[in-house]
Amino acid sequence: MLTTMRIVNGKVYDPANNIDGKIKEICIQNGKIVDSVPDDATVIDAQGMVIMPGGVDIHCHIAGPKVNAARKLQPEDHRHDVHPSTPLTRSGTGGTVPSTFATGYRYATLGYTTAMEAAVTPIGARHTLEEFHDTPVIDKGFYVLLGENIFLQTLLREKRMEEFDQAVAWWINATKAYTVKLVNPGGDEPWKGKRNSNVSDIDEKTDEGLSPRAIIEAFIISVNKQGFPHPPHIHCNNLGHSGNYKTTLETMKTAGDMRAHIAHIQFHSYGGELGKNPTSKAAEIVEYVDNHPNITCDVGQVMFGKSTIMTADAPLAYVLKGHSKGKWVNADTECESGCGIVPFQYQEHVYMHTLQWAIGLEIFLLSKDPWRVILSTDHPNGGSFMSYPKLIKLLMDKGFRHEEMKRVNQKALANCSLRDLDREFTLNEIAIITRAGPARALGLPAKGHLGRDADADITIYDEMDDKEMMFNTPRYVIKSGVPIIENHEFRNDLIGKLLHITPEYDKKIETVVQPFFENYYSIEFSNYAVDDSYLHDHEIITTGIAKG
Amino acid sequence: MSENIRIVENATCTFCGCVCDDMILHVDMDEKRITKAKNACVLGRAWFAEHTIEENAPAAMIDGKKTSVAEAIEAAAQTLVKAKFPIVYGLSDTTCEAQRQAVAITDYIKGTIDTTTSVCHGPSGLAFQGIGESTSTLGEVKNRADLVIYWGGNPAESHPRHFGRYAVTPKGMFTPGGKKDRTVVLVDVRKTKSSPVADILIRPKPGKDFEVLWALRALVKGKRLSSAIEQQTGVPLTVLQDLSDRMKRCRFGVLFFGMGLTMTRGRHFNSGALLALATDLNEFTHFVAKPVRGHGNVTGADNVVSWQTGYPFGVNFSRSYPRFNPGEFTTVDTLANGHADAAMIIASDPASNFPKKAIEHLKNIPIVVLDTKCTETSKDAHVAFRTSTYGINTAGTVYRMDDVPITLRPAFESPFPDDETILIGIKKRVRELMFERHAQDASDATQVAARA
Repeated sequence: MLTTMRIVNGKVYDPANNIDGKIKEICIQNGKIVDSVPDDATVIDAQGMVIMPGGVDIHCHIAGPKVNAARKLQPEDHRHDVHPSTPLTRSGTGGTVPSTFATGYRYATLGYTTAMEAAVTPIGARHTLEEFHDTPVIDKGFYVLLGENIFLQTLLREKRMEEFDQAVAWWINATKAYTVKLVNPGGDEPWKGKRNSNVSDIDEKTDEGLSPRAIIEAFIISVNKQGFPHPPHIHCNNLGHSGNYKTTLETMKTAGDMRAHIAHIQFHSYGGELGKNPTSKAAEIVEYVDNHPNITCDVGQVMFGKSTIMTADAPLAYVLKGHSKGKWVNADTECESGCGIVPFQYQEHVYMHTLQWAIGLEIFLLSKDPWRVILSTDHPNGGSFMSYPKLIKLLMDKGFRHEEMKRVNQKALANCSLRDLDREFTLNEIAIITRAGPARALGLPAKGHLGRDADADITIYDEMDDKEMMFNTPRYVIKSGVPIIENHEFRNDLIGKLLHITPEYDKKIETVVQPFFENYYSIEFSNYAVDDSYLHDHEIITTGIAKG
Repeated sequence: MSENIRIVENATCTFCGCVCDDMILHVDMDEKRITKAKNACVLGRAWFAEHTIEENAPAAMIDGKKTSVAEAIEAAAQTLVKAKFPIVYGLSDTTCEAQRQAVAITDYIKGTIDTTTSVCHGPSGLAFQGIGESTSTLGEVKNRADLVIYWGGNPAESHPRHFGRYAVTPKGMFTPGGKKDRTVVLVDVRKTKSSPVADILIRPKPGKDFEVLWALRALVKGKRLSSAIEQQTGVPLTVLQDLSDRMKRCRFGVLFFGMGLTMTRGRHFNSGALLALATDLNEFTHFVAKPVRGHGNVTGADNVVSWQTGYPFGVNFSRSYPRFNPGEFTTVDTLANGHADAAMIIASDPASNFPKKAIEHLKNIPIVVLDTKCTETSKDAHVAFRTSTYGINTAGTVYRMDDVPITLRPAFESPFPDDETILIGIKKRVRELMFERHAQDASDATQVAARA
């Protein structure tokens, strides 16, 4: 149901096209933004409303094996937060790990129209694509876990770099992924093979003869050389550990001037001594990011309340199990990855949790370039994506922020600079950290803006003083030109499409990969690559020459 | 045998939860049957060999009389929409694509969906919700496990290739010697065909699995136990101590468990004790656990129902959102309690294996059946569809017992439609009927409002 539509009288925030709150007409035809439409087009009068591109979530966990395990694990999380069906839409359940349908609809009700699942094992790609097919409205893609891939590590160790590049491209194609994800590089083998141990230093040489740094560097070089639209998405070593900011700085330095994305950087910005309470190193981290335009990051803000830790960083999840003392899932994937899941609570009175909350806010508020410091909660690790409106209010409303600060652990607050930060984000800056910035970092040319030929993914909010309420209740949400929400009600349903890349590779690489498979995998090589029947609606984003 | 032979390589056997995907099928395309299934086990060979097409069988029947598929779809949709408490059951022997449609239909008709999980590893699902699980894919077991424990199962007969392909004899990355690099322990109340594979055979008294598991948990944590444990469980303390030591000492241990644990007294407490034991052991070494699932795609059913509803089985939509309550919404219960007033049974035969009381009620309500063959359930069906067989005639996705999804490679075409196609037809018609009902409800409401 493609509509020709003209939106008039609304205040447009389109930072990618330097439009900051100007009253401007937006025209839609065939699912795209156009310069003009015929006079008989449907008109939406957006008087008193704010128009933004649809939101883009650059880092969340919404589909695939680990997400589904976390769903199965927590009936208690669903029971109190049900999602009824309507004649148009399917039912589901919520909590921190909503069912697929609830996930898609709930993103839409926040005005988000694109979301990227941040960690999928190659062998779990097929599962992820099946769930995507049942995740409505939003466009989506995923990052495939290749950092702990034993075969790729073998090529690295043997310095077969040409084959390494080919194999990376093959794996991306075989899984229909969007980019490469690295998680706690080098940490898998100690976990699975050495009695649940871990790496602790980026330059630590493992028995396999590879340091985390060598793995990180190889992927950054390869992906930049091949010109993926989004660089390696990196979950650094030592997540959550006091003193880990040094590892984060070293990881960023490893990139030199090549593009790299640091995931949920808040969890990697801690000072202090290992084993003791951390301090904030937000300023040091932000300074590095500000001065290095090749680096993008998402914040991974912690929000108080229920969360679900789900990560390929299995040793980390085990540490958190020690704190939560509740149920725990560990799930090893052959030759590819580890995984841990822990239901979790962030509590205001806990020093560590308050400090994490404060460091995330510091990173936002200290950053000079909002284009590269992107809003995320690492959903559902730091909190649900459903808390984005509250997070936006924390950034836009210092009065509210100071009220909230009264409720948290004061000792932790004294160990960071949050009290001294008076900055308030503008609507334009919010449009950058939730739309234009992530779309640019992802290399999605048709997302995150409202210029000609952009996808007609549009959110229209009533302008309100209470920014949490404003961002919680868009009046209109338009996806690919289809009015999904009108006057707060669902009017249409859509599946949304898969966003993926297809970097070129030499078919000969399959003969190099296959023998490894036959020896060490438990499924057949020819049954491993995902075929096109799993794509449903999809769009291939161009892989090109290296970008700056 | 004809000359027209097609070879299908890397085909998948969907008979049991092993979902072996290395079959080489020889297909007689004229006779429409599989003449040879290389690499298949005894169960797989029978599964492939016995699959023939009954060309003359009707694709659809209403009340035992042959009819068109379209009419049968109409009758099925009417039956489901009219019912006040319709149930949908089965699903473990069909593709994820069909399972997705089945959940959608249940959502639209506000019915109750349940899978065969509720009568096999359902207790393990409940234990999982309480404890969590340290687990791994089967390739990791092959590559790393040096201690393999089977508890309450007889894979030699139920999953014949489990030993050879995944867990006991295969040579892996860190287990180059295959069986020589592993210690195999079998815990079972009786001797079975699986017993010879074991280096250590432990035979507890029947119904004492929980006690044995709990004793092991205590020993692993370094607690002292009284030797009276032998009287309790039939297992000497020294044997338990030895097993505990081995579990803590191994490099990568795995506990496989079967229905001998989940369907005997204690049920989810048994599964929970085992999962907790595996979790505890991670304080000392790397240890995983895994239920040895039965039907070809029961793991897919768990996954699909979970991603669409948040719960793995026993889900009710009568309030327009999913609710989970095993014991209330599980099929044996909805039937035995007499709540269900219509049933759609997909790829399962409850009339031949459910408790008597449940079967009696099932016979008294209208049933829609999708099955590849005539069954006890389909004999009494109001609407019966004959569908093609997944993995043999139909492509699609199947999840192995370790949640690894595999795409099927069908061998030859069936004259019968597949489950997904029929279910899409029913879904479409159900939606139309429900829309009409919504419109009627809305118009009634308007009239009531106007009168008021």
